[in-house]
Amino acid sequence: MKLDIIANELNWKLLTKISLTKIDIDTGYSGDLLSDVLANCEPGSLWITIQKHKNILGVAAAKDISAVILAGGIIPDDALIETAEKRDLAVFTTEETAFITSGKLYRLLKKDGV
Amino acid sequence: MKEEDCLLKFEIQGGEFLDSGESSVVIKDYLKKIGIPHPFIRRVLIATYEAEMNVVAHAERGTLCFMIAEKTVVIRVQDKGPGIPDVDLAMQKGYSTATQEVRQMGFGAGMGLPNMKQNSDTLIINTEVGTGTEVIMEFTL
Ligand SMILES: Nc1ncnc2c1ncn2[C@@H]1O[C@H](COP(=O)(O)OP(=O)(O)OP(=O)(O)O)[C@@H](O)[C@H]1O
Ligand SMILES: [Mg+2]
Repeated sequence: MKLDIIANELNWKLLTKISLTKIDIDTGYSGDLLSDVLANCEPGSLWITIQKHKNILGVAAAKDISAVILAGGIIPDDALIETAEKRDLAVFTTEETAFITSGKLYRLLKKDGV
Repeated sequence: MKEEDCLLKFEIQGGEFLDSGESSVVIKDYLKKIGIPHPFIRRVLIATYEAEMNVVAHAERGTLCFMIAEKTVVIRVQDKGPGIPDVDLAMQKGYSTATQEVRQMGFGAGMGLPNMKQNSDTLIINTEVGTGTEVIMEFTL
């Protein structure tokens, strides 16, 4: 499913100025322990987390993660957004919790048949 | 493996969480450019990131050296730090001595060393308590 459609449907706020139309998502992973994400997240996933420090960028790079959703209203600093933009990584924020966000995303992807 | 064989070299500062993880991106670009397949790159990056983060989380400072010899990528991370008293114990999934501060940033699952083992073809750990640790990982194409 196209990322711009997902983001629109679930009302996520995009923080990085990058184009979403080319990004296809078929699964996601939620986790705040970086080693767990490195071990278990499927490459190319969308990642739901409440971590907002720069190290999430290294994890995203290693796992070819194409989008990070900061749940619970988490807002990162400008430096993170700037670096993420340079690396073409979509970073969103949402007021909803990681639980709600995961549930909604799961339902949406399921409906889409992925 | 000698110092001058390092194709890419990075300094790592203990405790500096905010600027770490950069080496993964530089190494990724390098391997991409020379046409290495994605799944292989991913293995290298996961293990490298974990090794780098262990210096940041547990040691004072260190260096990361990236080498390619024949069909093998070698990552060597050397640090000055407390060393690892019991390597077998440290290798166990879930074992961690990470501080509360480190845990708040999402480290301390005790999965870093197991991830390094899982993603490399050989993992060698030389460590001396009170002096430091050397981690050498090989990835064969
Ligand atoms: N370079 C190092 N210097 C000193 N101790 C280390 C070093 N690397 C690992 N250790 C010790 O081994 C333990 C296990 O390391 P491991 O990477 O598996 O987990 P962690 O770093 O605690 O958590 P995680 O990697 O999941 O964020 C650490 O908690 C620490 O006690
Ligand atoms: Mg670790």
